[in-house]
Amino acid sequence: MPVRFLVPGPLRDFAGGRTHVEVAGSPRTLGEALRALEEAFPGVVRRVLDEQGEVRPHVNLFVGEDCVRFGDGLATPLPEGCEIAILPAVSGG
Amino acid sequence: MKAAPLSSVRDGDVLLLVGTAKGAFVFRSDRSRRRWEKSGPHFPGRSVYAMAYDGREGRNRIWAAPKSLHWGAELVSSDDFGRTWSQPETPRISFPEKAGATLAHVWQITPGGTDEPDRLFCGVEPSALFESRDGGRTWALNEGLWNHPHRPKWMPGGGGLCLHTILTDPARPERLMIATSTGGVYRSDDGGSTWQARNRGIKAYFLKDKEPEFGQCVHKIVHPSGKPDRFFLQHHFGLYRSDDAGDSWRAAARGVPSDFGFAMATHPRDADTVYIVPLQSDEFRCPPEGKLRVYRTRDGARSWKPLSRGLPQKDSFDTILRDGLATDRDDPAGVYFGTRNGWLYASRDEGETWSAIAENLPQIACVRAVTVAGRARARRPRSAAAPRRTVRRRKAA
Repeated sequence: MPVRFLVPGPLRDFAGGRTHVEVAGSPRTLGEALRALEEAFPGVVRRVLDEQGEVRPHVNLFVGEDCVRFGDGLATPLPEGCEIAILPAVSGG
Repeated sequence: MKAAPLSSVRDGDVLLLVGTAKGAFVFRSDRSRRRWEKSGPHFPGRSVYAMAYDGREGRNRIWAAPKSLHWGAELVSSDDFGRTWSQPETPRISFPEKAGATLAHVWQITPGGTDEPDRLFCGVEPSALFESRDGGRTWALNEGLWNHPHRPKWMPGGGGLCLHTILTDPARPERLMIATSTGGVYRSDDGGSTWQARNRGIKAYFLKDKEPEFGQCVHKIVHPSGKPDRFFLQHHFGLYRSDDAGDSWRAAARGVPSDFGFAMATHPRDADTVYIVPLQSDEFRCPPEGKLRVYRTRDGARSWKPLSRGLPQKDSFDTILRDGLATDRDDPAGVYFGTRNGWLYASRDEGETWSAIAENLPQIACVRAVTVAGRARARRPRSAAAPRRTVRRRKAA
């Protein structure tokens, strides 16, 4: 089953205005899902990951209810049909 | 939040490009410089340390470098004075994988000379120089500086490890000068292939070796027009002048209440006239005696005179950052500065009198003064501003 990304407001211009994006295939990990998303919407992924492929420090990615920062990061396994939420962290000044 | 566009921009108008901690503003006046119209904030919530105007080849292009705390730093451009901004899907500037670095901020955007109308430079954090040779479509890391043996020993200053000054030489396109904090001054005489430290004479009071080859905390260098080998420099402590293109520097702080400060700007025509804003010590960083004063030299930094009419002369606890001071091209020259407390001051008589043209802006990081020339609004630029698909936004990016 495809997985589905929840796209935050500031990045929707880079996803054709969509709030949700499904990626085809059956990615096994979060990293694989992001690579699939990048093929369709590179502008989203380049703002979630830095140029070295790391999740930016003030962006949180949730697989289901779990923030991957406290788990396996981009190696986090994906349950079938899960939703991945891209959320800006509560930070600023 | 939608930024209201400027009502109109005509040839001869003066624009102030103002980057702040919470977005960018564009101010416009006609040549009288008496009344200013404000547009902004553009990119609300994003810090903008660098802005620039490229008027070469019939362009009327504004560059800005908004940084989102969440989504990273980018380089965007506008060909209609901020009505719309071009933001490529893939950020224009990023470190190659082999560099192992990530872009933290863009600190400086510098168009090249008029004889190389498609050349631009960016100075970034962590300290590195990027260059475009196609009008800003694509950018490449300057490998010569990145691989310099000194670079691993450069240390971050209070603002970060940033390359904040880029000077090109219209008379010698192969000559480039940059400054990084901390690291100091570096010059290339071969178009950026190789770089040599040029810090002789600059005293680093904060280091064990007081006159090291590199490691100085240079805050700003300026290059007056018409004197290819003359430069003025504001150091962490110390004002300096060079008459040999940076081969050597000599102290030039006679007559200032403090030789600490950040900002420095040249007069558009007179190579002996320079503006600074002294600040008290490197700890307090506010105007000496609570008096906000711009200092001007008319004799090549042999002496300095305070300029205070219209500026607060009591209890001023403000700070002017390294790119917060600018001059326009007019006659008499306009002088402008923005403060950390969000005040934007202007003088249209070369600094003799001042008035505030905005207050309560977010902390101001940079001010650029631009005279619009060449059929404003009418001409399309020769080269498109962005590669691949581009998101054009009417409201803030």
